Amino acid sequence: MSEIEIGGATAANAVPADGVEPLAHYVSSRPFDPYASERLTSAQERFYSASQWRMMWWKLRRHRIAVLSGAVLLAMYVSILFCEFLAPYAADTRNGDFIYAPPQAVHILFDGRLVWPYVDGYDYRLDLNTLKRIYTPDPNKREPIRFFCRGDSYRFWDLIRGDLHLFCPARGGQLFLLGTDRLGRDMLSRIIYGARISLTVGLLGVVVSFTLAVLIGGIAGYYGGWTDILIQRVIEVVQSFPHLPLWMALSAILPVSWSPLLVYFGITLILGLIEWTHLARAVRSKLLALREEDFCTAAVLMGARPARIIGRHLLPSFMSHLIASATLMIPSMILGETALSFLGLGLRPPMTSWGVLLNEAQNINVVALYPWLMLPVIPVIVTILAFNFLGDGLRDAADPYH
Amino acid sequence: MGRYIVHRLLVMIPTLIAISIVVFTIINLPPGNFFSTYIAELQATGQKADLVRIHFLEQQYGFDRPLWQQYLYWVGGLLHGDLGYSFLYNEPVSQVVGDRLLLTLIVSFATILFTYLVAFPIGIYSATHQYSWSDHTLTLLGFLGLATPNFLLALVLLYFANVYFGISIGGLMDPNYVNRPWSWAKTVSVLAHLWIPVIVIGLGGTAAMIRRLRANLLDELHKQYVVTARAKGVAPVKLLFKYPLRMALNPFIADIGSLLPHVISGAVIVSVVMSLPTTGPMLLEALRSQDMYLAGSFLMFLAFMTVIGVLISDLALAALDPRIRLQAGRRP
Repeated sequence: MSEIEIGGATAANAVPADGVEPLAHYVSSRPFDPYASERLTSAQERFYSASQWRMMWWKLRRHRIAVLSGAVLLAMYVSILFCEFLAPYAADTRNGDFIYAPPQAVHILFDGRLVWPYVDGYDYRLDLNTLKRIYTPDPNKREPIRFFCRGDSYRFWDLIRGDLHLFCPARGGQLFLLGTDRLGRDMLSRIIYGARISLTVGLLGVVVSFTLAVLIGGIAGYYGGWTDILIQRVIEVVQSFPHLPLWMALSAILPVSWSPLLVYFGITLILGLIEWTHLARAVRSKLLALREEDFCTAAVLMGARPARIIGRHLLPSFMSHLIASATLMIPSMILGETALSFLGLGLRPPMTSWGVLLNEAQNINVVALYPWLMLPVIPVIVTILAFNFLGDGLRDAADPYH
Repeated sequence: MGRYIVHRLLVMIPTLIAISIVVFTIINLPPGNFFSTYIAELQATGQKADLVRIHFLEQQYGFDRPLWQQYLYWVGGLLHGDLGYSFLYNEPVSQVVGDRLLLTLIVSFATILFTYLVAFPIGIYSATHQYSWSDHTLTLLGFLGLATPNFLLALVLLYFANVYFGISIGGLMDPNYVNRPWSWAKTVSVLAHLWIPVIVIGLGGTAAMIRRLRANLLDELHKQYVVTARAKGVAPVKLLFKYPLRMALNPFIADIGSLLPHVISGAVIVSVVMSLPTTGPMLLEALRSQDMYLAGSFLMFLAFMTVIGVLISDLALAALDPRIRLQAGRRP
């Protein structure tokens, strides 16, 4: 037996042996805080009292690819606000002398010295055997690129007249960084203008889908029973249609007499009308579980109406998940629009979207002779990848306790 | 199992009815019917319409009756193989369609086969070698496959197949074999042409499938029983195949339901680009010229194919998973 143990036993029993003075009673004079062990540092406090959205943001920030994708998308969406300014030409400027001109390379070195960026002007010749237009860059024709310059005039947002561009060709020269199409229109400018349509189609379509999904899924999940079974069947029917043929059929019956803008809204509506089912299922299954929770019962007992309970109490508890899933829906809508326009059933030419541009690349000659007409596919791929990565990141982040 | 099959077949009936109603609505959405536009068109060009024949057709397809009777006529026709009348070709739809439906089936089936054959090994490899360089590369390739519009990929592949392998452009067989009876040489020619559309259509679905299999398998691999088994010294291959893989396979089969609409959608647009003799190009043509009966039967066929595919996947799932089989008809 060790001494410590004996001492401990003595102290615990606190019965002094005969003739031994008891130890003096000691009380610390320092103030006593019963919660001392649970005291949080300010950093911890910030962490524990953070709102759900803040925690999502912290988690998302660690997902570097998602943040990068978000930045790319933000840049793209901001750019559609200024496409008149960003594009070197107007969307419909025809350069009759430069039909199917290949992309020009930007040079910044001349004789090994750094110079103002310039492109080589084209020498044009018609091959009389194949009737193919042949453009050869002429190193003697140096055409320096101008920045913040006056070029094609446009109506900014269809309201304000302007002719200021971020960069334009040299006076009397050409600047086709991505080549031209069969009417000699600059591909780069058209791709920049096309972003305005292609990127918003996805957003508007998702708004339609999201609303439908929350509404229908909410009703099914909250009421359950027969309503639920009926809605489940409807979802199954919609899902068993292959999307593209149905989209094709619906957009084929849009009246020909509609204006391009109306067709645009029609197409977004069609895209949104079919994509809502997966999200509606998610909403339904979440609601089925959540409506059994105590806070929901409390709301019912306090006399809240179903719409308020769903919208105010149930939906916010998994809104982050919904937004993450909605982000993942956008790519399929953008691809849908691209496919429809490519087939000629979607948007029609006065409108410029990436799908409409790809419509020109419909046959094999293009691949062989004018491969740059396929370039609009690159922004499509970038956008879709970015939305996928961002959506994945958001989905992981939506569960901050995981 | 028998009870489950019966239950599953019964559930299919209302689904098919609902689908047919949707398709019929789409057929009837454009203003006017085909005859009114047809007669107007003929009169505009100064020709005389064959009113007797039109009247006959109008009666046969019940255009003079209320809409719900027209619907019953149409569905009744569908049930015994009368797909309606193509006004574009002036022939019954079943004649126009020919062996396009069969070829569509072949292309879709081959695509699904391809998807499984490719996704299965790659998915397992990616999951067992998580975060390795090959996993990252495969993931990146998969994402690219998801993001590339398949119609453009079809064009590019078609071009390179022609340049490097000398495969004739477009079509599903060498031009010599079109309209010939099926023979060995024709089958070989079809197979030689089939791989491009199959790869192109299958790419998106394959990428999605790999990602799903990888995620499922990873979930299983991190479970306690795997650790236990490994600690007890079960051989790695046996450990992988005997337990976690079987658990991860369930969603793999259930996926046919979502894979099939995807494949069919892809097949439609890719076959337009590659002018395959399948339903795609004809559906597009029918929609463009508002030949709604033809378009309607294609839509109906494609949706029907999906429903059957989902049925097959459900049955396969039930055969594999007793939990589903035994719960037949009982709602949780």
